[in-house]
Order: sequence, then C-alpha cells, then structure tokens
Amino acid sequence: MIVLNGQQSDLRAGETVAAILARLDLPLDARGVAVAVDGEVLPRAQWASFALAEHAHVEVLTAMQGG
Amino acid sequence: MMAGMHETIDTPASAAANGVAGGAAPASPAVAGGDELTIAGRTLRSRLLLGTGGFPSLALLAEAIAASGCELVTVALRRVDPAARGSLIDVLSDAGVELLPNTAGCHTARDAVLTARLAREAFATDWIKLEVIGDEDTLLPDAPELLRAAEQLVDDGFVVLPYTTDDPVLARRLADIGCAAVMPLGSPIGSGMGIRNPYNIALIRERVSVPVVLDAGIGTASDAALAMELGCDAVLAASAISRAQDPVRMAAAMRAAVQAGRLARTAGRIPRRLYATASTPDEGLPDLGPV
Repeated sequence: MIVLNGQQSDLRAGETVAAILARLDLPLDARGVAVAVDGEVLPRAQWASFALAEHAHVEVLTAMQGG
Repeated sequence: MMAGMHETIDTPASAAANGVAGGAAPASPAVAGGDELTIAGRTLRSRLLLGTGGFPSLALLAEAIAASGCELVTVALRRVDPAARGSLIDVLSDAGVELLPNTAGCHTARDAVLTARLAREAFATDWIKLEVIGDEDTLLPDAPELLRAAEQLVDDGFVVLPYTTDDPVLARRLADIGCAAVMPLGSPIGSGMGIRNPYNIALIRERVSVPVVLDAGIGTASDAALAMELGCDAVLAASAISRAQDPVRMAAAMRAAVQAGRLARTAGRIPRRLYATASTPDEGLPDLGPV
C-alpha cells in the first residue's frame, strides 16, 4: 500500500514514481511538477527508476495560484 | 496623512524617509529610465511584483499581468489535482514572467525548507519567497522559525526573499544571514489595511542594504505609492489586485502608483510644516490704497 497525496491507493511496493505520474496523466517531463517521498525530494532523474517501498508516502505537487 | 510625520523630526530615519540623505536615492529618477531594481543579480524593470492568488480565472490573471507590467510573479506548490488541469505554468510562461515560488502554508522551518527544495525541483529556480506562518488568524510570520529556515536555505544556495514582520531588527537579522531581499508586511495578508507602521518600514529601509519589498496589506493604489515614497524598492500586491472588482484596472492602477511613488521618492519631497510657507514672494506687492 502506497499513500498518494494523502489518499490510500492500490499502488504496491516496487512501483516507480513514473507509474504514479502516468496514473495522474502526467508525462515524465511535466513542467512544474515535484515529487516528495517520505518527506524528501525525489529528484526528477530518479522518477523512472526509484522503486517505492511499502507504506511510502508520496506527494506529487505542482504550481497553484498563490502568494 | 499620518505617514511621514516623523519627517519633521531630525533623525537619520526621517532624513532617509525624505529621500534627502543616505545616498540611496539615485540622482536620475525613473522618468529618465535606467531605474531598474536588481535582486541577487537579476534586473527587473518593473518594481511591482504580482501574487497570483485569488484571481477568479487564469484568463483574468493573464490580463492583469499584462496590465501590471510585472516581470516576477509568485506561485504556490500544492498537490496535483487531476480534476482541475488548466495549466497555470503555461499561462505564466506565455505571459513571459519569471516565477517566484513561495512556501505559503508552512508553519515550521522544516516544512518551509522542504517546500523550497520541491519548488526548486519543480520550477528550476533557486528563488524562494519564504513564508513561515505563526498564527492562523493573522498569518503573521513566526520569527524564530523564519530565521532558522532562512539560514538553512541560504546555506543551500537559495536566493531567499523572506516575508517578515515590520520589525527592523528582524529584517536586519534576515539580511545579515544572507537573504537577497526582505519583504516586510504593511499589515496582515489580504487585510487591505495598508501600511500600519510607516515609521518601521522607513526604518527597515534605512537599516538593511538589500532591497526592501513591501509585501502584504496593500489595499489600493495609494498604499503602494506610500510604500515607494517610504523608500521601498518594490511592492508585491496580490489580493489588492486579484480581489478588486476589476482586477485588470487595479493592476494598471498599481503599476502607475508604484511608478509615481518611486518618482516622488527619488524627487525628494518637501518637509512637513505646521504653518504655511508662501510660494509667492511678497516683493512687488502693489499698494492698493487704504481699506
């Protein structure tokens, strides 16, 4: 079980961030997107390779109006 | 007007607020051009920064950006919402503006630092408008957490623009740490209360050597003009524009106000006096006969 943006998901351990982005309709080269895994930045270069652990908390963030 | 009453008092702050001392005011004012603002090596022709929050639509935001003439706009970082996809990034890119990501919503140094790192990853910029909020109702900054976050982000190589209170000591501490500018509030975010302590804003301008950007509290154009007259190097307006009845018209008003205030500051205003000073000489006054 992986927690995606605060929601329990049916994603399993071993999935990559790339798979998560695909689920969100986001390409790997999406502009203005950042990913945090368990409170740390996951650099774009690792999105396709980094395998998520069981119970990982993934935050997929983008630009929003503000400030 | 209350602001600047201290200008009749002979202190270094009053002289600075008058724009007649301190050597900070350029000799050739904005009217001649060449009055650009430089922050951390980046040159900005517009001294108005725009917050993108609160605009009812992206189309209106784009129009307001054009009317404001701004070159730097803030953006926040939030969870991707698969349902709502109108691309803010595309709109801002088309508008040709640079992004200043913020850490809005962060209450601890840890969260603010992580958010800044995520923003750097998302937007490929080292610039960060650092906000660390200490109170939900007033959205006032949490000074100890702000300093902690600023120190860490400066160490990480960020160009840090902290949203701070109008406390001259805190502003100087932030500048001493290595922040590229300081962004004191005029009054609480979105309050439209204007500049509640113009004396402190003038003091901050006097006490730090980095640019001072008045952030938060601007309600209407005269507030922005006052900020510039007090010596601020730029003004950031968000709600004052985005929540105005006609945001595009208000964006144009803010643009004109910032230019007018900057011109007035560099022109050097006259001191305030309690009594009149005749502007017409008495010499040559005719004798019009007995009453």
